[in-house]
Amino acid sequence: MINESIIIMRFEWLISLMIVVLFILNLMGVDKKPERFMNIVNVMLIINFVAGFIPIKDGYLFQGFYHTTALIVLEKNILNLGLLLIAFSAKQWIIESKRPAEFFMLMFSSVLGMYVMLSSGHILVLYLGLELSSLPLAALAAFNTDSRKSSEAGVKYILSSAFSTGITLFGISLLYGAVGNLGFDAIIQHIHEDALTLTAFVFILAGFSFKMSIVPFHMWTADVFEGAPTPVTNYLAVVSKGSVIFIFITVLYTVFGKLENAWLLAISVLSVMSMTVGNIFALRQQNLKRFLAFSSIAQVGFVLVGIAGASNMGTDSVVYFLVIYLLSNIALFSIVEAISDETGKVTISDYKGLYKSNPFYAIIFTVALFSLAGVPPTAGFFGKLFLLTSGMGSGMYVLLGFATINLVLSLYTYLRVVKAMFIDKEEERMPIIKKSLLTNFVLAVCLIGIIVLGFAGVFYQYIDSISSQL
Amino acid sequence: MNILSLLILIPLLTVVGILLVKSDQLIRKITLAGSALQVIFASWLTAQYVSLRHAGATAQMLFESSRVWFRPLGINYHIGVDGISLVMILLTAVVVLAGVLVSWKIEKQVKEFFFMLLLLSVGAYGFFISLNLFSMFFFLELAVIPKYLLIGIWGTGKKENNAMKLALMLMTGSALVFLGIVGLYFASGWFGGEHTWDIMKLSHMHLPMNVQVILYFLTFIGFGVFTGMFPFHTWAPDGHSSAPTAASMFLAGISMKLGGYGLLRVATYLMPDAAREYSWIFIILATIAIFYGALATLMQKDLKYMNAYSSVSHVGFVVLGVAMITKVAFAGAVLQMVSHGIMTALFFAAIGMIYDRAHTRMSNELGGVLKQMPFIGTVFIIAGLTSLGLPGFSGFVSEMTVFVGSWVHTGIFYRVATILAAASIVITAVYILRATGFAIWGTITRKEYALLKDASWNERWAAVILIVGIVLIGLAPFLFMHLINADVQEIFNHLHAG
Repeated sequence: MINESIIIMRFEWLISLMIVVLFILNLMGVDKKPERFMNIVNVMLIINFVAGFIPIKDGYLFQGFYHTTALIVLEKNILNLGLLLIAFSAKQWIIESKRPAEFFMLMFSSVLGMYVMLSSGHILVLYLGLELSSLPLAALAAFNTDSRKSSEAGVKYILSSAFSTGITLFGISLLYGAVGNLGFDAIIQHIHEDALTLTAFVFILAGFSFKMSIVPFHMWTADVFEGAPTPVTNYLAVVSKGSVIFIFITVLYTVFGKLENAWLLAISVLSVMSMTVGNIFALRQQNLKRFLAFSSIAQVGFVLVGIAGASNMGTDSVVYFLVIYLLSNIALFSIVEAISDETGKVTISDYKGLYKSNPFYAIIFTVALFSLAGVPPTAGFFGKLFLLTSGMGSGMYVLLGFATINLVLSLYTYLRVVKAMFIDKEEERMPIIKKSLLTNFVLAVCLIGIIVLGFAGVFYQYIDSISSQL
Repeated sequence: MNILSLLILIPLLTVVGILLVKSDQLIRKITLAGSALQVIFASWLTAQYVSLRHAGATAQMLFESSRVWFRPLGINYHIGVDGISLVMILLTAVVVLAGVLVSWKIEKQVKEFFFMLLLLSVGAYGFFISLNLFSMFFFLELAVIPKYLLIGIWGTGKKENNAMKLALMLMTGSALVFLGIVGLYFASGWFGGEHTWDIMKLSHMHLPMNVQVILYFLTFIGFGVFTGMFPFHTWAPDGHSSAPTAASMFLAGISMKLGGYGLLRVATYLMPDAAREYSWIFIILATIAIFYGALATLMQKDLKYMNAYSSVSHVGFVVLGVAMITKVAFAGAVLQMVSHGIMTALFFAAIGMIYDRAHTRMSNELGGVLKQMPFIGTVFIIAGLTSLGLPGFSGFVSEMTVFVGSWVHTGIFYRVATILAAASIVITAVYILRATGFAIWGTITRKEYALLKDASWNERWAAVILIVGIVLIGLAPFLFMHLINADVQEIFNHLHAG
């Protein structure tokens, strides 16, 4: 039993172990030498990432409170990749922040929460994971203690997070009232469409929507993204959002699978609003972090189109797209971070003529933006079109119409930034950014990933093969 | 590896080549070598194709091969060519070569410029050889963004706005196309028993009429945006006017033809019943485009605007030919695509040469400028005469074929449309003769014009290559007819089988 639990819960054990190691390192005072400390952490992260690929059998623990499948393992691996790349690209900033141990403890705790959440087989465990993943994030958002904006971001995040948690909990209690059990299997068996269940569902959906920053629950996003330190923003946009989307599909497709007729419309409406609002508001942003915040809102809207497909293809396309989304956004945020660390410039007009001064960054930034816009030959093209194809499967034609309009709108939004970098004349000379090796490594990985994934049909096929087992 | 993949591989390797070297001169040479090689390869491929056909190959597509791309979604890299796609490939190769030659003197960001040109050509080649709707769409979109950057970075005038307008309108067109092909994918599953993007398989399925109608309009309008079909033509004049010469040549010579090819191969071929029933709507739009384009051309002083509107008018013949749904009209449409592709490339090249020297494109300011430059003058006149349909050049043959094909219909509606379209040629003659008159036989208006130099070697070569194409089609149209005849017949039969 113990052996089994160690093997099946390997991801959780490893990350917990890493947190313990961080404590020990802290006690030994290694984090006073941040350079060395960072090397140790990075090695641990690499081990953690590589260990993720050792195969795990599907299995249950604690009477179904915890379970793991090949798909969940893949999702955890994707999150691991995100964690690794973000830590790499943030190295310089973390060293300068002087509190590396604290930063990683918070981040790892949050990741631990996500793993628990992804593997949950019971709504209470899900709730536990969700909370564990979001509470440390508030502290991370306020990590720049001497910056007012950062503190504001922390407070905003914790308040909206607490609010959404309250709503979710209320929904959960109603669901318990309606079904009489909170285990996933039991809910699947006993759920049927009635007023109480639907009310419960609406509250739970609202709670999730907060975490995924779906319109109209997106108000916190732009301010928190702008105020939080860039690596934290990166983490929020990519890993945190990704993990919630992963569990959201599972909950929607399996636990609430019988309510499909009811949620299809809800998801469609949310999707249309997110895409449209995200794109239109992104048009007006000058600050790149706010721009990327609204862009991520729009992207989640597209993900919802895929989810509305309500089939195997929905899971496939969403998981596939999220990998591309992760790589593209990490590339974007890493560059924003590298440039703002060096020069303090974060607005689109600061990026005018970037191609002349820093061609490497400009090219990767453009490729990543094109990937988000769905322009070939980047993988984003495939990711986005598969989402739309999936959405077509459930016959929501109006939704698809809006999605295509937004496809054009989003191209306009992203081309604005590309235009600034390639076409506009620079107003003030951008210095040549000193390149750190790790950041370049991250950017190279993202670039290769963005290009190669589109031609690697094998990867999509793998996702399909493991998602169809469920 | 399939031999057709070389069409994509040669430009891709050229791209790799120019990325690896530093010197601008070397970049130009590599690009030139790559595009020359492509012309040779395309001609060789055509010869192979003809000899295979002579040897009795009856398959609709030759050199077919298929490789799985995304298995769960049925997306394959499925390629193959018939006569129609072959002539389009030849056209692309020739226009690309001429475009590279014309751009020889570009000094600003040489590497990036040729990178974009080559990427665009990869999109075009891939589009013409694809037999899988998804990969076809991939290549179609691949050719959109390079245009934006080409115009935005190397363009002139209100380039930012015009580039954005072009990108957004073409993107809207491709979004409609995408809705259409996704619709086909699902419709094939619901009504044909198998979800597929494959053009060959889809052509054998019989979809219900109401589904066909929706998909027909989505794809026809979507591809129509690319051809500059009225009322979705507005990107064309603005885009052309700002684009650098080579980009204009690509835009009108190749990109608008992607749309025309799509109209024939996807919208009409895959939705035969809807096409027979509703193509009259597009006959009206095409006639308006032809007439309106010609009238709008009359109003233009800027030579580029002039040629852009005249392109709208001329590509209208392509749409007209496709929408007429007769065998001869189809053949005329294909021929018109090739003819106009080469002719308009030549025209833009000539305009670009004039602009580079005189620094104006206003026809009334150019008085007598061509007296100084006999070669460019001749090129300009040849392009003009082709455009107004002088026998002996390609424009006459192809437009004539469209008219003959249209005349097959006896209905009054078709007759009126045909007569109106034919009447536009008179207007064309007016603006062409006026422009050449101003520019060539006028007196020299500015002193500095006396110092202008005639075409350089690269421009001469570009013009000669294109003129050879024009004359070849004009004097020996049967060569091309022979190539496309069977395939046009096949599409026509397919439309009248159901």
